[in-house]
Amino acid sequence: MLVRIAPHIRSSEITPKRIYLNRRRFLASAAAGLWLARTPAHAEKLANLAKSPFSTSEKITPIEAATQYNNFYEFGTGKEDPARNATKFRTHPWKVKVEGHCNNPKTYDLDGLMKLAPIEERIYRHRCVEAWSMVVPWIGFSLAAVLKAADPTAKAKYVAFESFYDPSQMPQGRWAGIPFPYVEGLRMDEAMHPLALLCFGMYGETLPNQNGAPVRLVLPWKYGFKSIKSIVKIRFVEKEPPTTWNLANAHEYGFYSNVNPQVDHPRWSQASERRLGEFFKRKTLMYNGYGEQVASLYNGMDLRKYY
Amino acid sequence: MPSLIKSRWLKPLVFLACLVPLALLVERGLHNGLGANPIERITHATGDWTMRFLLITLSVTPLRRILRQPDLIRFRRMLGLFAFFYGFLHLMTWLWLDKFFDPHEMWADLVKRRFITAGMTGFALMLPLAVTSTRGWIRRMGGRNWQRLHRLIYFSAAAGVVHYYWLVKSDIRLPVLYGAILAVLLLLRWANRRPVYNR
Repeated sequence: MLVRIAPHIRSSEITPKRIYLNRRRFLASAAAGLWLARTPAHAEKLANLAKSPFSTSEKITPIEAATQYNNFYEFGTGKEDPARNATKFRTHPWKVKVEGHCNNPKTYDLDGLMKLAPIEERIYRHRCVEAWSMVVPWIGFSLAAVLKAADPTAKAKYVAFESFYDPSQMPQGRWAGIPFPYVEGLRMDEAMHPLALLCFGMYGETLPNQNGAPVRLVLPWKYGFKSIKSIVKIRFVEKEPPTTWNLANAHEYGFYSNVNPQVDHPRWSQASERRLGEFFKRKTLMYNGYGEQVASLYNGMDLRKYY
Repeated sequence: MPSLIKSRWLKPLVFLACLVPLALLVERGLHNGLGANPIERITHATGDWTMRFLLITLSVTPLRRILRQPDLIRFRRMLGLFAFFYGFLHLMTWLWLDKFFDPHEMWADLVKRRFITAGMTGFALMLPLAVTSTRGWIRRMGGRNWQRLHRLIYFSAAAGVVHYYWLVKSDIRLPVLYGAILAVLLLLRWANRRPVYNR
């Protein structure tokens, strides 16, 4: 008897249904040089990905949307600026420094960092503070693997993260209106949570520059800006570290920034969101639908105060 | 140049030119060219063009004087009505594509979000101007009163700038640019105000 094993098909190879149904239009617009098509030149395939129980079965957002509609203010504040301006961003060689209150501080190069744990694909909902959302097949492993390898001491109560910033490669950054380098932070238990993903790729390939190459965080229960891009520093600290959007506007962006439909942004409602590719808005879920996993982290906290 | 400005062909040409931003949006919309978030793109484009047409309309009076081309007045009403037209499209995008005509949500946004309050104010101020833009209304109101009423456009444009400034997250370059242009246009009027005589 001939038994064939079903070939493993990466999600990047599956044509999203909307594009399949619109294939003639897709070809026409691609030919016309519009927003579709254009995969990053130096993307590498990431093979042998384990599946994750955390993955959602919701429809994946077309790769064109996820890679052409970005907030990465170092490369400009327009949604299509990062894809345009980050094409020459140098991500090799890349070093990530793990330091602060830990017994085993270390500077990793990217390959060393990626070997700390087996990489897997995780299909997460991603909710931006601007009330749009998408579903992305990210690739990486739990941030906890790196943190545990560093062996944090009892003084490590928070983890601070820092993005790469080089004004010569990111000249648009000076107009962004927020301070750089971009910094973010998590409480230790949040950072250790298995949902917190240290991410190296998406859609079956390494991260495109505009999506935060070569390594970023993905925190699906928090607003997108918490998921810091192009990380160069991970530091264990004792006190709540400063975070960029909070520095820029503390009244609107808190340290926690968990997705919460009941607490509005001062200037717009967070009760609903527009999933990219959909016409009607949908209701936003508490913790972006990850309450079962993360709600216990915030037991007893006043979420209006700690927004 | 004066003969060109007076030419009866120019007005329809300007009219068509004013429709180009809308035509581009429609064309891109039909060909999947509005990016990953088409509704946001439409909202921003119509809002931008409302602001631009307000500023273009407000530049007619100083340009008449600076270029010594009083006949430019022929275009002012049309340009102002285009500002109103794009403002209407902008408002409808919000009402329909963002709020789906849900009165409860609309009202909540209107009173809670100051940038929406400012935008609505800007649009509401344009309404009487659009209504009274006809020759008949100028006659009925009398030139002086009509002109007084139409000074509301200064406040409408200012509300538009504030609306935009309050909306952006951190990159304030464009709203500040619009605000600066508006300030220059208003200063030019002030510099050229008619002397006040003692009665």
